[in-house]
Amino acid sequence: MCLAIPALVHELLPDGMAKVGLDGVLKEISTALVPNVAVGDYVVVHVGYALTRIDAAEAERTLALLAEAGAHA
Amino acid sequence: MKHVDEYRNGALARSIAATIAREADPARLYRFMEFCGGHTHAISRYGLEDLLPENVRLIHGPGCPVCVLPVGRIDEAIGLARHPKVTLCTYADLMRVPASGGSSLIRAKAEGCDVRMVYSTLDALRIAEAEPDREVVFLAIGFETTTPPTALAIRAAEARGLANFSVFSNHVLTPSAIRAILEAPKTGRLPPVALEGFIGPAHVSVVIGWKPYEVFATEFGQRIVVSGFEPLDVMQSVLMLVRQVNEGRTEVENQYVRAVVPEGNRAAIELVDEIFELRDAFEWRGLGSIPHSALKLREKYARFDAERRFTIPPSAAKDNPACECGLILTGAKLPADCRLFGTVCSPETPMGSCMVSSEGACAAHWTYGRFRDRARRAATTRGGAA
Repeated sequence: MCLAIPALVHELLPDGMAKVGLDGVLKEISTALVPNVAVGDYVVVHVGYALTRIDAAEAERTLALLAEAGAHA
Repeated sequence: MKHVDEYRNGALARSIAATIAREADPARLYRFMEFCGGHTHAISRYGLEDLLPENVRLIHGPGCPVCVLPVGRIDEAIGLARHPKVTLCTYADLMRVPASGGSSLIRAKAEGCDVRMVYSTLDALRIAEAEPDREVVFLAIGFETTTPPTALAIRAAEARGLANFSVFSNHVLTPSAIRAILEAPKTGRLPPVALEGFIGPAHVSVVIGWKPYEVFATEFGQRIVVSGFEPLDVMQSVLMLVRQVNEGRTEVENQYVRAVVPEGNRAAIELVDEIFELRDAFEWRGLGSIPHSALKLREKYARFDAERRFTIPPSAAKDNPACECGLILTGAKLPADCRLFGTVCSPETPMGSCMVSSEGACAAHWTYGRFRDRARRAATTRGGAA
């Protein structure tokens, strides 16, 4: 139920809406809950609404930590 | 898919599992409850339990909103759908949940009730605008993740002057449920479950942040690691919990840093607070009545509240007495412990709600885990004989 997927913002639309893409599928969603969304951002989409922006720098750090956690096996 | 595929690398999952196996003390038990159905689904789908050592165990929690909705609320929703003017809109997850007397929303639809499945509250608003003669009721369900979209729909209906839109709210709160589980030994209302920590919610925490869990570390000495829903997120969170146990720490940590900040989404929290207020208590399937655990619309928004707009015949229906959903939801039993599991109860003919939602512990175990059990038992028997 709390499933939410990261999608790339393709285009900003009027009335707090945006067109996002996920593996080639385009969908119009609301960005009312996330201020200052920009084209090129990845947002977490849940039931047609962006809930947050994905922090690209933190994602890189998490991937580095994951690599480290599996490193000494 | 960026921000998804990177977290589904099987080889890396096995390497992290090896690290967990190396660091976990064989003399200790590590019992972690994954609160969310999203985690339950990921754990079953990717077979994460099979990667972990025998003494690191994952216990399914009650974080599946469909699963914790009592039969009576579905009966009441069907009661609403029977009003000739009502168009009842809801998420797909709820359509097949068993109501009393063998009914369900999808059966009510087959009988002629106007029940429509929507992806978003935006769709329900569109229906209300396009069909002004219909009374559009949105059957709202979900934890903190799903509440802001409902709140925004109410705000939009107000702004557009939509007089034919209302909400039947069943929004529930995560911290209240965690508290009910932790207070079980004291209250005696739930079977107590021994736990060394929690894998904390992903998208609930996107909305509320991780600060609301700090009380569980300070007051109950518990550990919570907020975790993303992808398999590597879960593996890393388990490692973080194992390290907390080994080092004697009881803290809230955040593994899902790419999406969760300590304070959550302020705009969403303020919006929900503007439109909703706490109910004194709410009935949860399996957990019973929990104080301050659900939301209703504030008086100011009464005209958008289906419970105030319509006479809804109250239902005191009880769950199927043989159904163990209650004990499974609190982690006291496993799906396979239920007599109905895999016999009369399967995803095609669910008896209890845990078998309906793909996030329910029973549905996840039926889809991905029931043959693993058999393989594991066979392996144990062979090992014992040798």
